[in-house]
Amino acid sequence: MECVFGLVGDGFAVVAADSSAVHSILVHKSDEDKVMLLDSHKLLGASGEAGDRAQFTEYIQKNVHLYQFRNGIPLTTAAAANFTRGELATALRKNPYSVNILLAGYDKDIGPSLYYIDYIATLHKIEKGAFGYGSYFCLSMMDRHYHSGMSLEEAIDLVDKCIMEIRSRLVIAPPNFVIKIVDKDGAREYAWRKSIKSD
Amino acid sequence: MSRRYDSRTTIFSPEGRLYQVEYAMEAIGNAGSAIGILSTDGVVLVGEKKVTSKLLQTSKSTEKMYKIDDHVACAVAGIMSDANILINTARVQAQRYTFAYQEPMPVEQLVQSLCDTKQGYTQFGGLRPFGVSFLFAGWDKNFGFQLYMSDPSGNYGGWKAGAIGANNQAAQSMLKQDYKEDITREEAVALALKVLSKTMDSTSLTAEKLELAEVFLLPSGEVKYQVCSPDDLGKLLVKAGVTQPATEAS
Repeated sequence: MECVFGLVGDGFAVVAADSSAVHSILVHKSDEDKVMLLDSHKLLGASGEAGDRAQFTEYIQKNVHLYQFRNGIPLTTAAAANFTRGELATALRKNPYSVNILLAGYDKDIGPSLYYIDYIATLHKIEKGAFGYGSYFCLSMMDRHYHSGMSLEEAIDLVDKCIMEIRSRLVIAPPNFVIKIVDKDGAREYAWRKSIKSD
Repeated sequence: MSRRYDSRTTIFSPEGRLYQVEYAMEAIGNAGSAIGILSTDGVVLVGEKKVTSKLLQTSKSTEKMYKIDDHVACAVAGIMSDANILINTARVQAQRYTFAYQEPMPVEQLVQSLCDTKQGYTQFGGLRPFGVSFLFAGWDKNFGFQLYMSDPSGNYGGWKAGAIGANNQAAQSMLKQDYKEDITREEAVALALKVLSKTMDSTSLTAEKLELAEVFLLPSGEVKYQVCSPDDLGKLLVKAGVTQPATEAS
């Protein structure tokens, strides 16, 4: 079942997610990218109802782009997180979206940061976090092995440990994962971890 | 001839002019003037209060300077009742932005939103444009200290030094002559007082006829909007050597 998790390291942040598109007992595809590039220096990892996820994350992405076109300056990660929370909170009173979000970003003056936004519009600034069934394993794994100021190698090693734990402990474990990072050079895909071919 | 075109704001004259907008600008030319100067360590706003009657209770607070948000203030020239409406919308915009993003609104965005409102009244049916010019002084983390000047047409621009209201052209050309790059806030205050003393109609420049406000950064990094008290302003006038001998003697 679904799993999105992320952590902040020394000068970068990582967001990883499973890549299974599931409906009922069926797996439709296993290369669904659930980590969106919000802008040049922001990552948006989302889990939840597939339709809601696609709709809401794209809505946020387009609004962040619109802000940049209108004003010539990008939103800070904190501003984008607060905006996202606000939109989710507004929607919550009318037609709630079932999406949980991890927003990672890099700002010149602040450095890397990670924000936790759940489907009832709770916002937290965190160093490590996870959503979905996989979170039971990721969170305890990160509690044990995370420390602040991790190097990229250490962080990826921890991400791999989390993926390994999900694959070996979760009944209906997703086979493939995508890992993305954001640092001073921008947000980008870092690697895929595939145990089955999907094309 | 022009009668046919100047009664409506939304209609161009055959020469391509919008008379009502031009008249609005004319109205500001009669109002008390204000000067803004951008310096390396802050922005200075100085305004002339028009004393209409001896009987009128002068406002305890400022009447030409308004704080819009913690990091933006403005000086007004023109019809005050119009200005009050615009200042209110500006304050609402600033708070809406902070509500959405939990960050102070960038200064230019605030100016732009206000100028969009002004522009609307030069285009949409049967309404009169706002007879107000503004000087906005502010600080934001992207562009530091900024000074903007706007007019009733909804035009705005970023300036190093600007003047609005009565005699603004004379003031503007004096500023152009005397402004230098890397001017400090203290020098900017002196320059603003000097320019205002020469362009104001009244013969004696006293603290009662002036308002001085500054936007600068505290050592803590916090933005500070400070209005100069009449006592301090009096001292500054003496220091700048612009107070008339008559008032010094009394």
